[in-house]
Amino acid sequence: MAIILTEEQKELKALIKEFMENEVIPYAQEYDERGEFPEEILKKAHEMGLGCMNIEEEFGGSGLDNETMAVLIEEMAYGEAGVSTSLTVSGLAYECVRDFGSQEQKKLIAEAIVAGKYVSFALTEADAGSNAGAARCSYALDGDEYVINGSKAFITNASYADYHLVFATKDPALGVRGLSAFIVANDTPGVSRGKKENKMGLRLSNTSDLHFDNVRVSKDMLVGKEGLGFKMAMTSLDVGRILIGAAATGIAQRALDESVKYAKQRSPFGQPIATHQAVQFIIADMAIEIEAARLLTKNAAILKDKGMRISKEAAIAKSFSSDVAMKATTDAVQILGGYGYSKEYPVEKLMRDAKVYQIFEGTNQIQRIVISGAVLKE
Amino acid sequence: MNILVCVKQVPDTEEIKIDPITGSLIREGVAAILNPLDACALEAAVRLKEAYGGKVTVLSMGPPQAKEALKQCVAVGADEAVLITDRAFKDADTLATSYALSMTAKQLGEFDVIVCGKHTLDGETGQVGPQIAEHMDWSQVTHVMDMKVEEGKLVAVREMEDGREVVEATLPCVASVTKASYTPRYPTIKSKLAAGKKEILTLSADEIKNLDKERIGMSGSRTKVAKSFSAPTGQAGMVIQEETGEATGRKLARILHEAKLV
Ligand SMILES: Cc1cc2nc3c(=O)[nH]c(=O)nc-3n(C[C@H](O)[C@H](O)[C@H](O)COP(=O)(O)OP(=O)(O)OC[C@H]3O[C@@H](n4cnc5c(N)ncnc54)[C@H](O)[C@@H]3O)c2cc1C
Ligand SMILES: Cc1cc2nc3c(=O)[nH]c(=O)nc-3n(C[C@H](O)[C@H](O)[C@H](O)COP(=O)(O)OP(=O)(O)OC[C@H]3O[C@@H](n4cnc5c(N)ncnc54)[C@H](O)[C@@H]3O)c2cc1C
Repeated sequence: MAIILTEEQKELKALIKEFMENEVIPYAQEYDERGEFPEEILKKAHEMGLGCMNIEEEFGGSGLDNETMAVLIEEMAYGEAGVSTSLTVSGLAYECVRDFGSQEQKKLIAEAIVAGKYVSFALTEADAGSNAGAARCSYALDGDEYVINGSKAFITNASYADYHLVFATKDPALGVRGLSAFIVANDTPGVSRGKKENKMGLRLSNTSDLHFDNVRVSKDMLVGKEGLGFKMAMTSLDVGRILIGAAATGIAQRALDESVKYAKQRSPFGQPIATHQAVQFIIADMAIEIEAARLLTKNAAILKDKGMRISKEAAIAKSFSSDVAMKATTDAVQILGGYGYSKEYPVEKLMRDAKVYQIFEGTNQIQRIVISGAVLKE
Repeated sequence: MNILVCVKQVPDTEEIKIDPITGSLIREGVAAILNPLDACALEAAVRLKEAYGGKVTVLSMGPPQAKEALKQCVAVGADEAVLITDRAFKDADTLATSYALSMTAKQLGEFDVIVCGKHTLDGETGQVGPQIAEHMDWSQVTHVMDMKVEEGKLVAVREMEDGREVVEATLPCVASVTKASYTPRYPTIKSKLAAGKKEILTLSADEIKNLDKERIGMSGSRTKVAKSFSAPTGQAGMVIQEETGEATGRKLARILHEAKLV
């Protein structure tokens, strides 16, 4: 598609493409089947600065803006969605610490990520997903320390993270107003990693439970102010959702490219299926929707870079792009027919990977609550 | 260590197509890349710098577009980049190329090592490295896979047909690098962005001191490429391996017989 990219964005996009094509795509299926976290691949990616894209150069990060990151994450997820997830979630935790934390906290988390370490963003619980206010994982002040007790569920990179940004409640009765955020080093006594999810898709990413049993953290590990946890999480997720939109666009674009390639060569009735209008129109719809997804994402990213409030725009970009990805990947399987359903071709994996984009960082139903809320208030 | 790496930008294709009528290379539509072995040469040089300190300069002779290849080098560890570009360098053979490169090297400073690729993807003569050593009157090591410096000498591992050889060479020297035991690194986001902003020193023939104009470009070339053509691709070989030597022999005889070759 014709879209204006800066010279820098073009060059970095080409770099990501080269990396994904040489180092990731050839091995993706094996890792997917084993449900294995590709540590070696991710190590190389970290060395290239792909894990610290949003961290300022003063801390050793790549110092990219959201608009550029969206371009690069699209290219990453085009190659492999799990890898792009593993490389961006630490940045989500940093987003929160940067906006609300102390200088020491920023430095601690930024430098850990730049060094190739993972930081998890631990908000969801087994019984508190869409409703973060239902969190049971609790904290209490005891002398100079906070004591955290409880569990988190479905946490990306949890099994590999050196730090967790944990959202805990002072009192469940306070709902979202009870939440506060803490930086918890994984090696703090009482922290344990629980069961690893055996997932339908995004199998190159790690998702796991976390348990906190009388975990003591010093007072200066409270991020921002007590009771602001929910607001902080939502502000960070606004950015997270732009990047989710970018990744989903990448998955959809890959589905389109695989469909086009196949449709031009498969000729069950003597001529390529790409010559049938019924197939052409599926492809046209994919192209229309992908272009729209990319532009919505780019728009939200530019607004964020200009310092504007973007809750609505990010929610629109996230929900639209992930719905597009789900539809495009499902249609790609259809265009490839039986081969689309087989692991011999990459589109069945795209379809499995796409699904989670409608679920995480706020389900698309929750996005619609955010969007309608904003629209009705306007 | 002060290291110079010579790099060439080449068309991105293992099978270069030749215009059957004009006999010249078809360069249109073929992306230009950094010669792959020059990427290995640069990686080897950057590893020397990382081990012993110093500076890596990359040098290329070519058209202005060759700046792209030089920027790529800056993104993976070269500190300085120099392009010599001038119509007067056009149609150089290896002799004229190596002369121009060595005269530039003399002007750029005192180098301890000049690293080249073993050969290029397009010309593929493998002559430029050794010729630079002659022009400089330095020692040289070819087919280098890996190298280090010990007691003021370059210690290089050479790849041989039937094994490896370790040789020492006095410094300064020229090393031409073959596919190394390690792969060239990827740039980082930051180094890629910095390379994009890097100023590349560009020199014309007039700006190279003491350069004899008769020895560069077409006039300095003793070799003329009379004709280039795409050779018909040979048939793939066949491996015959049966349980026993005797059975293998029999099968070979039968195949030869059926093909009416015996
Ligand atoms: C691979 C993966 C990685 C994840 N990574 C992280 C992570 O790093 N950190 C983290 O904190 N969490 C993470 N999550 C959790 C994710 O954000 C939650 O799963 C998600 O927010 C949904 O919560 P839930 O699963 O509890 O669903 P529920 O909240 O139980 O929702 C179930 C269904 O009900 C619908 N629903 C719920 N409430 C409403 C409503 N009010 N109106 C209409 N419909 C509604 C939902 O849309 C959904 O369809 C991850 C999840 C997955 C699968
Ligand atoms: C098809 C074809 C056939 C040719 N045949 C001949 C021939 O038979 N004899 C002849 O004299 N010339 C020949 N040439 C010309 C030759 O390619 C050029 O002279 C070229 O400048 C150097 O030769 P090379 O590419 O073979 O380099 P090689 O000697 O294979 O290169 C070895 C190394 O020298 C360095 N190097 C080479 N060129 C440059 C450069 N321009 N800038 C910086 N570093 C460089 C690189 O490190 C490279 O890896 C031919 C060219 C073509 C395209």
